[in-house]
Amino acid sequence: MIEFREVSKVFHTSKQNEVKAVNDVSLSVNEGEIFGVIGLSGAGKSTLLRLVNLLESPTYGEVLVNDKSISTLSPKELRQMRQKIGMIFQNFNLFNSRTVFGNVAYPLKIAKVPKQEIKKRVNELLSFVGLADKADQYPEQLSGGQKQRVGIARALATSPDILICDEATSALDPETTGEILNLLKKVNREFNVTILLITHEMNVIRTICNRVAVMENGEVIEEGSVYDIFTNPQERTTQKFISSVLNDHISSNLFKQLQASKKGRLYRVIFMGDATNQPVLSNIAKDYNVSVNIINGNISELQEALFGNLVVELQGNDNEIDQVVEELQKQVQVKEVTDHAG
Amino acid sequence: MQVDWNTFWPRIFEATGETLTMVLFTLLFSSVFGIALGLLLYVTREGNILENKVLFNILNVFINIIRPIPFIILLVALSPVTRVVVGTTIGTWAAIFPMTIAASFGIARIVENNLVSIDPGIIEAAKAMGASPVSIIFTVLIPEALGPLILGLTFISVALIDFSAMAGTVGGGGLGDLAMTYGYQRFDNSVMFVTVLLLIVLTQIAQFIGNYLARIFLRR
Repeated sequence: MIEFREVSKVFHTSKQNEVKAVNDVSLSVNEGEIFGVIGLSGAGKSTLLRLVNLLESPTYGEVLVNDKSISTLSPKELRQMRQKIGMIFQNFNLFNSRTVFGNVAYPLKIAKVPKQEIKKRVNELLSFVGLADKADQYPEQLSGGQKQRVGIARALATSPDILICDEATSALDPETTGEILNLLKKVNREFNVTILLITHEMNVIRTICNRVAVMENGEVIEEGSVYDIFTNPQERTTQKFISSVLNDHISSNLFKQLQASKKGRLYRVIFMGDATNQPVLSNIAKDYNVSVNIINGNISELQEALFGNLVVELQGNDNEIDQVVEELQKQVQVKEVTDHAG
Repeated sequence: MQVDWNTFWPRIFEATGETLTMVLFTLLFSSVFGIALGLLLYVTREGNILENKVLFNILNVFINIIRPIPFIILLVALSPVTRVVVGTTIGTWAAIFPMTIAASFGIARIVENNLVSIDPGIIEAAKAMGASPVSIIFTVLIPEALGPLILGLTFISVALIDFSAMAGTVGGGGLGDLAMTYGYQRFDNSVMFVTVLLLIVLTQIAQFIGNYLARIFLRR
């Protein structure tokens, strides 16, 4: 649906200085999926997103949308293609001089849709996003969440195949973020719209994305299904993003205390798939003379599958603990925790 | 020497009419030229929708050359051109031409300043929806800047009332001319007071209408 082929974007900040905002990125977004790109500010994700509808043009490489290289389009073809790619923004970017109705009608006017049809379509969309009663209000009279709903309705007006979201929830409070994410999920399911979003919030990725790419310094450093990335992150930056939502690390103080007490050994146990339905730890406690003390952890739902991440202290003699670890490793991932970040 | 007020009132009415003619027609013509020039200046600026460094620099320098020239000098300097365009250098219409030139460049700057304050994100959004540069100008830039633009034009109208008084010196007529010839040159303060009072009333009316219209478009 969207394919980046070895794409780079270089900005010249002055005659000598250049910044590689996007550096040799290859990615493909499949039809019907919700693909997330996460990164800190300055990682290049915003530029990457703008390459999709050619708000920025690639310096090297090419971007394909529906198997068409967009750089080769004429200005007119480009405008027609843009009508098939909806876009929503962190700051909503609504027209202040137009009512809610006028904002949603705008892309249809640009596409020269007849007036009667515009009216019907806009009312349909406003009901879909739950703002049918706000049609005559101006953006400044709306809350942030309502503004983003208008943004979504406006982006969907021309029935696009693709929706690109530029930090769409970053200006919203957590509750409103949840509502907007649900709405995006509904857009994806009901209209089969492929969504490419960028964010710095791992929560957004966990809540709605199927696949994710992690960006750092203009490069994609890790990519995969959200479940794989959450259960088995490779890069340090990815691990940090995951810790931000899973709270899966114990503090250095607690770690020192636990080590000093010398009561037992610390292990990180990761449950995936079938293991989450088995009483793995309590079976161990029954079969061996080792007690299991859960220090920290959580079990969360990812992509409709359960994923557990626990830090446990195994108390008993060393020999038996080794046997327990061996037994556990047959069913789940076990790693000894040797520092507080581990 | 005292004026005969019975015969003088019609002269004041006539002069008020001349002032209004000069101000309104100048406002009309200079709005068209000024807004077009201001838009052109904005869209050709670096990074904007019709970026064109050469055109931008030419316009920018040209506006900076015209604007600092005192109006009374411009009025005289332009008189050969005025003769070609209007056919004469005397009278109300001969005053409207230099006034339009002076006001257009002022309006161009005001328009540009108002456009710069539009959130670039809004323009980006329109672009992302597939709007062409021309439709962005007419459906985004102008409507989004309309409120402050009306206030800017109001400011210009008041300046035009001032210009029209100076235009009196080239035989443009109007209240300013009346104040000068009867009041200043004949030492008749009463005539000057009446005309100045009328100029103040005109200014108040212009400001009131401008504020009222701006409020509608700003919805505040």
